[in-house]
Amino acid sequence: MRALKAYLRSPPALIGSVILLAVLVMGIGAHWFYPGDPLGLAGRPLQWPGQNPRFPLGTDSSGRDIAAQLFHGARVSLLIGFVATSIAAMIGIAIGALAGFYGGAVDTALMRVTEAFQTLPNFLLLLVLVAVFGSTIETVTIAIGIVSWPPVARLTRAEFLTLRTRDFVQACRVQGLSDAHLILREVLPNALPPVIVYASVVMAVAILLESALAFLQLSDPNVPSWGNLIGLGRNVLRTEWYVSAIPGVAILMTILGVSLVGQGLNDALNPRLASGR
Amino acid sequence: MRVLRLAGRRLAASLPTLLLILMGMFLLLQFAPGDTVDALMAQIGGGDAAFAEEMRRFYGLDAGIAAQLWNYLLRLATLDLGFSAIYGKPVATVILERLPPTILLMASALSFAFFFGLVLGVIAARRVNRWPDTLISTLGLIFYATPSFWFGLMAIVVFSVYLQWLPAGGFSDITQSYTGIAAVLDIARHLVLPTLTLGLIFLAIYLRIMRASMLEVLSLDFVRTARAKGLSETRVVARHVLRNAMLPMVTLIGLQAGTMLGGSVVVESVFALPGLGRLAYESVVQRDLNTLLGIVFVSALLVIAINFVVDILYARLDPRISSES
Amino acid sequence: MTRLLVEHLTIRLPRGADRENAIEDVSLSVAAGEILCVVGESGSGKSVTASAVMGLLAPGLAITAGRMALSGEELRGKSSEQWRSIRGRRIAMVFQEPMTALNPLMTVGEQIGEMWRVHLGLDAKEAARRAVAALREVSLPDPEGALRAYPHELSGGQRQRVMIAMALALEPEVLICDEPTTALDVTTQAQVLALIKDLQRRHGTAVMFITHDFGVVAEIADRVAVMRLGRVVEQGTAREVLTNPRHDYTRALLAAVPGLHAPPPRALAEEAVLEVRALTKTYASRGLFRRRKPVRALDAVSVTLRRGSTLAVVGESGSGKSTLARCVVGLLGADEGEVVIAGARLPPDRRAASRLVQMVFQDPYASLNPRRRAGAQVAQGPIAAGTPRAQAMAEARELFVLVGLDPESVDRFPHEFSGGQRQRIGIARALAMKPQVLVADEPVSALDVSVQAQVLALLRELQERLGLSILFITHDLRVAAQLCDEVAVMRGGVVEETGRIGEVFAAPRSAYTRSLIEAIPGRALFGA
Repeated sequence: MRALKAYLRSPPALIGSVILLAVLVMGIGAHWFYPGDPLGLAGRPLQWPGQNPRFPLGTDSSGRDIAAQLFHGARVSLLIGFVATSIAAMIGIAIGALAGFYGGAVDTALMRVTEAFQTLPNFLLLLVLVAVFGSTIETVTIAIGIVSWPPVARLTRAEFLTLRTRDFVQACRVQGLSDAHLILREVLPNALPPVIVYASVVMAVAILLESALAFLQLSDPNVPSWGNLIGLGRNVLRTEWYVSAIPGVAILMTILGVSLVGQGLNDALNPRLASGR
Repeated sequence: MRVLRLAGRRLAASLPTLLLILMGMFLLLQFAPGDTVDALMAQIGGGDAAFAEEMRRFYGLDAGIAAQLWNYLLRLATLDLGFSAIYGKPVATVILERLPPTILLMASALSFAFFFGLVLGVIAARRVNRWPDTLISTLGLIFYATPSFWFGLMAIVVFSVYLQWLPAGGFSDITQSYTGIAAVLDIARHLVLPTLTLGLIFLAIYLRIMRASMLEVLSLDFVRTARAKGLSETRVVARHVLRNAMLPMVTLIGLQAGTMLGGSVVVESVFALPGLGRLAYESVVQRDLNTLLGIVFVSALLVIAINFVVDILYARLDPRISSES
Repeated sequence: MTRLLVEHLTIRLPRGADRENAIEDVSLSVAAGEILCVVGESGSGKSVTASAVMGLLAPGLAITAGRMALSGEELRGKSSEQWRSIRGRRIAMVFQEPMTALNPLMTVGEQIGEMWRVHLGLDAKEAARRAVAALREVSLPDPEGALRAYPHELSGGQRQRVMIAMALALEPEVLICDEPTTALDVTTQAQVLALIKDLQRRHGTAVMFITHDFGVVAEIADRVAVMRLGRVVEQGTAREVLTNPRHDYTRALLAAVPGLHAPPPRALAEEAVLEVRALTKTYASRGLFRRRKPVRALDAVSVTLRRGSTLAVVGESGSGKSTLARCVVGLLGADEGEVVIAGARLPPDRRAASRLVQMVFQDPYASLNPRRRAGAQVAQGPIAAGTPRAQAMAEARELFVLVGLDPESVDRFPHEFSGGQRQRIGIARALAMKPQVLVADEPVSALDVSVQAQVLALLRELQERLGLSILFITHDLRVAAQLCDEVAVMRGGVVEETGRIGEVFAAPRSAYTRSLIEAIPGRALFGA
């Protein structure tokens, strides 16, 4: 309750929530605002925004409605961001918790794997995964989750390492409680707040990764995606730059919203750190 | 001596990591539809099954996976990365040609991000909660939220198309043959926009970390001691706070070396720079898995090398390293 | 001659604090060659007073009334430029935490030398020469070597000597010491107190010494000011205040100071409930490429706890007493030797061991999970052992009554309790398992003196009612003397001496035990 109040009192959290809510409404309402296939031909290609009242944001070089793609793209970005973040969080928390709680050989082995993932440039690994498993929206989402978990694991491990030596955890050991109880009931709830805050960073990165992949035309071509639109706009960049510019602003605003919400969560959940700002 | 020992230890510890990456990658590529021979056959316009069989034997692809992996690792040990069917050259040669632009780009983007991240972070922390801090923190948030490829495209529109100040792409002006200083300046001109594009998000990250770290260090006991000694604020910050506050930032460079290399894939594609990242993109599109695997190997080496340098730097900054933990 | 004068000083707290002013109408004065002790419990405003005098008030605090003067020169209204030339040069300060008060990335020599370089503009060579002399004056062994050392290479006591050398570098008129010995071991504390007193006499410095410990006051003070909730309640010479206190609060504080009087010896049972036999534990370095000197935390330690009695394990940091406690409850495995409880070896299985031995921890804030209700934390052990939930919760309520807490508070979260109350919850949690042996690891050292006395009384009462057998780990001999029947003095992983506590304290056989007793501050006043 206190955390919620603190959250609502922080201006970045409010601004971020409003932005994110707007994107959410765009995504959920996409079918209602723009029924029909957003990738279908809508009108004469390359109409500037405002030129034709039917297309407030203009049309791209294939004559598709940019506004429709923007709305449907919101849905895809948020969905990929959310699912990939959940995957990354699950893998990262599980590995970080086990490594941090047990230490020793378990820790060494799991951290070697984490290091291996972190040594590999994440975007390069993403390219390899897409090259091997294909680029449907499902594989892209899972692949983004797979390349994003190492920082979550490191953070969770660090929290577990300090928490597991705390007296209250030791007291539970002395009380004869099982490891499962110690990990799930005692340590995890205390380790979670910074991880939840960090999830906002993972989500921002996931959305950026997908859009970069789509920009290179390596994501699912059958799904409307902001990155895809920016990539297609490249061919007419010198004259009709708005085709690339508009979806870029959408990505920027979404990431901004996610980051601000993360900052608000941080202020609310980690009050000690927040006092500095 | 202490620093070297530590760095050597870290280098030795990264060998198993490298091995893990190579094994993982090799096994992963076994899932890929089509192998080198398929790619080759496609290149030469098809052929019969017997010929393909013979080629497979020639490339050692008929052996079991474990044997293939072992052979692959043995060849890597001699820095033999195999042959690129697409480029018609050994993979090592192809990669070596493409390495310099990437290293140059990363070095300049890192310097840009580190320097300005440091300066802006310090300014924001010194003016915490006043307008310079609000401005810098807001800018940091926006930079962080900007997709690099989009920023690159917009920079091209503004600086190359409209203002015509800077070239829109390429590593050097191929219509001229500059030598000496002129050639260096030419490359520098070509690298300005890519550097800004790649460095922007890292600038945002560094300035945020630096600001937080400065605030954290400013609240520590030894800063109070320094003030009680009657030192001026400038001296307190310059002599006591700055070095301590830089430690997390230095750690971050090592942690994010991989991310930066990944970012250069996109940036090199935007600016048509003939670097390692663009090569990775091309080999994915052309399904040149041999080259892709080689790039993964070289990237891992590069990241390990950067971390090695960062470790040395860190140990020089912090005398506590290695005598504790 | 009055060096430091504080008159009617009032400092306002930021809005939303628990009271309006941090300090109110505080008047103090310190003359040259005099030590004024400012005594108070946490929250009394003693540290805020010190910050104000240094011109280093935390942001949000503001002086609203009164004046401060240094050798007759008004300090209020000085610009930050003027303050800088005063701080370090004319008023210097030594802080509580020697571990964090020095910059970890600069050598000791650089940090001391900075004083002369900044204030007098001396060059590096001359600064280094003076730094060596200063380090020699605070009797640091190997001053030349210490010059090149980094803070983490020195012990706590050595760092505090460095801080003192730095503070006295420019022969300031006033030295402010903010609990400079609180974080130190008792023998180190005695040495540092003697050092401060000696240097202060030789240089004629005026010292304002802030402490919560009346023992320290008795050791060092010429005059005393007692503070409570931001006000000075009593002020006078050390002799007056210590022997003839006028204010009730001072009297209560003095009464709560434990003396080294052991209670009359009780008849003890012959039966040993806990036997530690030749326990050895070595912390070795682990890791493929690392070689470090292994530390022997326990070296063939044998102690016996009789049923229904209390055995104190006393020692300074690094003595191995906490390692012993952790081995006895099974949190750490020993390399050699055995722990025998009620005739059988301590089982390695956590659940079986939990019914034999339980532990009360030092830090009441860290020993409870902040996110779970107090009652649930008491009941969870029995529930895991098979007691039905409802019964375990009912027992938890009874235990709350037993340790003097409101049984309705089982549903509250730990942050809703005070430090003393949390320690009671910790005791209830340990008792819930009905153990044969209770290990208490420094259970009162994080508490204010008055709360300390209450928790000790509770333990004594519980022992009488339940026939508890307690292994009591402490660094404080005075605390041990109040509660314990027998004592084992540890040093460097070895048991130096064991025996009935009254006999050991009255006639110590080991030289180390004697030095520990002699180092207790205020021994002359509070008895030994």
